[in-house]
Amino acid sequence: MARRAHPISKTPGIVAAVLIVAAVLAAFVAIGSRVEGTTGLRNAEWQAVRFTLVQAFFSALLSVGLAVPVARALARRRLPGHALLVTLLGAPFILPVIVAVLGLLAIFGRSGWLNIALGAMGLPEVSIYGAHGVVLAHVFFNMPLATRLILQGWQAIPAEQFRMVAQLGLPPGVVFRVVEWPLLRQVVPGALALIFVICLTSFAVALTLGGGPRATTIELAIYQAFRFDFDLGRAAVLSLLQLAVAGGAALIALWFLPPMLVQRGQDRLPFRWDARRMSTRMLDAVWITFAAAFLLLPLASVVIAGLGGLTEMPGLVWRSAWTSIWVATLSTALLVALALPLTAWLAQARRGGFEGVTLLGLAASPLMLGTGWFILIYPYANPASLALPVTASVNALMALPFAVRILLPPMRQVLTDYGRLGAGLGLRGWPFWRIVLLPRLRPALGFAAGLAAALSVGDLGVVALFADPDVATLPLQMYRLLGSYRTDAAAGAALLLLTLALAMFWICDAWGRRRDIG
Amino acid sequence: MHGGGGVISVKGLRVEQGEFALRATFEVPRGRRVAVAGPSGAGKSTLLGVLGGYVPAAAGTIHVDSVDVTDTAPDARGIAMLFQDGNLFPHLSVAQNVGLGVRPALRLSAAEKDRVRAALDRVGLGAFADRKPGALSGGQQSRAALARVLLQRAPVLLLDEPFAALGPALRTEMLALTSEVVTESRATMMMVTHAPTEVADMVDDLIFVDAGEVAPPAPAGDVLANPPAALRAYLGG
Repeated sequence: MARRAHPISKTPGIVAAVLIVAAVLAAFVAIGSRVEGTTGLRNAEWQAVRFTLVQAFFSALLSVGLAVPVARALARRRLPGHALLVTLLGAPFILPVIVAVLGLLAIFGRSGWLNIALGAMGLPEVSIYGAHGVVLAHVFFNMPLATRLILQGWQAIPAEQFRMVAQLGLPPGVVFRVVEWPLLRQVVPGALALIFVICLTSFAVALTLGGGPRATTIELAIYQAFRFDFDLGRAAVLSLLQLAVAGGAALIALWFLPPMLVQRGQDRLPFRWDARRMSTRMLDAVWITFAAAFLLLPLASVVIAGLGGLTEMPGLVWRSAWTSIWVATLSTALLVALALPLTAWLAQARRGGFEGVTLLGLAASPLMLGTGWFILIYPYANPASLALPVTASVNALMALPFAVRILLPPMRQVLTDYGRLGAGLGLRGWPFWRIVLLPRLRPALGFAAGLAAALSVGDLGVVALFADPDVATLPLQMYRLLGSYRTDAAAGAALLLLTLALAMFWICDAWGRRRDIG
Repeated sequence: MHGGGGVISVKGLRVEQGEFALRATFEVPRGRRVAVAGPSGAGKSTLLGVLGGYVPAAAGTIHVDSVDVTDTAPDARGIAMLFQDGNLFPHLSVAQNVGLGVRPALRLSAAEKDRVRAALDRVGLGAFADRKPGALSGGQQSRAALARVLLQRAPVLLLDEPFAALGPALRTEMLALTSEVVTESRATMMMVTHAPTEVADMVDDLIFVDAGEVAPPAPAGDVLANPPAALRAYLGG
């Protein structure tokens, strides 16, 4: 029997998948070994589960609810700065959480711009701390993501449909039912599911804005059990809860997840005869302005406050920045080394479903993995001395689902378009990678690596679990500065961290887009 | 390497693709040029695909010069093939693309580079060595692919309508060049065509494929002068 010609081996991909599964399984087993010694579930644990689900639900609902009118406005208007705004919608994805939190504090915090305005009008002040603050921060991060996903869908509606709508003179209500509703029904469930899953494992937001019995996520509860009580048994129980909640949701979400697209280039605006009325134009302008302000004001405040704080930063900040750079570099290298062979395997697999491997990264939350690995390492070595490699590995696992979703479509395309030609010329194995695959995948690879680097450099998660006072990444250092009320220094660190994240993303992405090397 | 063309021998071959099945038993003698004609969906491309090693055979054997290549990788069959599209890598220069016919690598020795240059000169692309395929016209892209075929020195050349997208004048020109290339390399050639009369002058035999049945090759002149019923229906008039 003749086999199908495979230009590249599947073995490295299978090895990568086994490694990933083993790393996650090892954490499970370690956690399982500790569960027995505990007193069972207390009220606090159930409260954490409930809060985790409730906040994720409202975060997803509000993010998508706000994203629909914003995407609709962006899809049918071109205000000045449109392209910039659409690009900026991608920024929160690579924005370090703690930087965003600082920006939100500057706007919505006790002495923030909002409360100053409210005070001037004689209104009572609002507090950003607690459940609504957690949801607010999640909406800040995920509304832009939802907007981009929905906007992609909107732009996929052929211009001809709107021409037909105009020809028939359909009223807005009918246009919505005939053209826009079918699209929303396709896109919205995916966006909701994705954001719900992302928010389930929220840690840094809950750490900074939540806390207390009414606003503690499971992820935060793991950290507290660990750091405050050093109760490994309870951390293990919480980790299992986290796995059940996030893993279950991730499995369900797998069916809804939208593909991640490398979106570039100028999109053409189909003329919208149906949206010429003054009232719709005003409405769209209001929504776009709202979205821009919601995104830009916190970022602007970070930059403004940061410029003042740069000189206040202790030398420790620069040292931790250097640490962050190499953690992110290591993490990105590891991600690429895992994602490329894994994607090559997935692209050639006859059966689907193996992609679920990558979701282990989402389902197994960072702190859960951290707890498991800590339990494994603890008897043999000081976990603090391994804080940075562990952080880099966990970050790589977290970025993996996104990287695979970015790489898989172009990988399939290259194999379809050039697999035959490569096979006919005897290009297989490494020469096929070097001569055909890597050059063709380069834009997607640069984009994925950029995301991974930015996510890693800004991550405040497992490092908080492992690190002792001598070791810190920049986000952790910034959190410590905030904790000791050195606000100016923290603001400076925030600006530095923001610059690092954007620079690392930009370097990788620009590498991907550079053509005609050599 | 081989001197001259190879003998293609196909016995009891079966290809299954869902509902569709292709059956073939035939032999093409050394150095013959064969047109493969038949209605759309009859299995012409599938036939070349299975010969080239891109489509798995469910049963039967394929021999090239009495070597069983039924399960051999596409590049180890002594067969070079040009497809309808995607014959060049768009991110590689013309010289690099053609050079892959010498060896599956980008770095070539000085002697190998000379051969690439000679092949490019032969097809009239000497001045275009450093261009990317995207900067070439359709005809020039076909020439580049033919230059690579020259360097592959395969005893068998399969052509799956590589010039279908070209205009009539350009297609005639490319067929003439192909004919020269095949003459120089003395390769055995099989070529899918939609217009058997167009290639009647440059082929010896014709294989008619209809609904998955592959008829053995017969002298093209005779067949076209006195076509069987199915072929007459296909040709029209």
